[in-house]
Amino acid sequence: MFGPSIWRLGGISDPLNEMQRLQREVNRLFAGANTYQRRDYPPVNVFLSENDVVVMAEVPGLEPDKTDISITRDILTITGSREPDNLKEGESYHRQERPNGQFARTLQLPFLVDSGKVSAKYENGILAIQLPRAAEDKPHRITVKAE
Amino acid sequence: MEEEKKEGQKQASPVPVEQERTRNRKTYVPKVDIYEKKDAMVLLADMPGVDEKSVDVTLDKNVLTIRGTVEPKVCKEHSIYYSEYDVGDYERAFTITNEIDRNRIEAHVKNGVLKLTLPKAEEAKVKKIAVSVS
Repeated sequence: MFGPSIWRLGGISDPLNEMQRLQREVNRLFAGANTYQRRDYPPVNVFLSENDVVVMAEVPGLEPDKTDISITRDILTITGSREPDNLKEGESYHRQERPNGQFARTLQLPFLVDSGKVSAKYENGILAIQLPRAAEDKPHRITVKAE
Repeated sequence: MEEEKKEGQKQASPVPVEQERTRNRKTYVPKVDIYEKKDAMVLLADMPGVDEKSVDVTLDKNVLTIRGTVEPKVCKEHSIYYSEYDVGDYERAFTITNEIDRNRIEAHVKNGVLKLTLPKAEEAKVKKIAVSVS
């Protein structure tokens, strides 16, 4: 009789639930496009002086020995991973907002650096890499002579 | 229509009056993980730049507030070349539903991550009730 139509009505009787379902669907669709965390993590600030460049990255919760910094010509790459706490059975997340997993960040530096003299320190979740400018890349001052 | 703000003149306040922080600095909401264990709640908060001296945790009734203050480092030799993040304080508050044993709360800061362990009070621990077949 009118069974099926009633059933269908019942299916959308909770508009909030329906909205949430729709939101989940849309989120799932765009999940692939959201590569922000992978490509742009960690956020960096770059400071410049005449003789060196300092790269600071906000990346809390790292194991310093599992973090890798490499330099190829003027390209700096920072790789590492953030491990989430392993939950035992019966434990569950209320919320999980902190990004986790592997990351790799590549930056092009404004000049060539002396890769042998690069120093890095990790303090309070902030990674600071100091890269001195290569001697051969430093600007030469040319004095103008009046004839 | 919005009144034009003139320098040196008094400024109208919203009603009710908004609470303001005394420190005139940007404040950020730290990202957190919260998970529940059998006997405790664990909260992890990303607060880069914060150490054990500059973090403050309070539990007032059932509101847990975490605050961290970060002083921006000024370097005279360097100028900013490229910036993706700004330095500021952290503040976030949570309503805790479970009864927490206030005397046994533990807080640790390591590598810019605040880890809070909030043990459940004895009476709030889940007691398993066996269902018997009648």
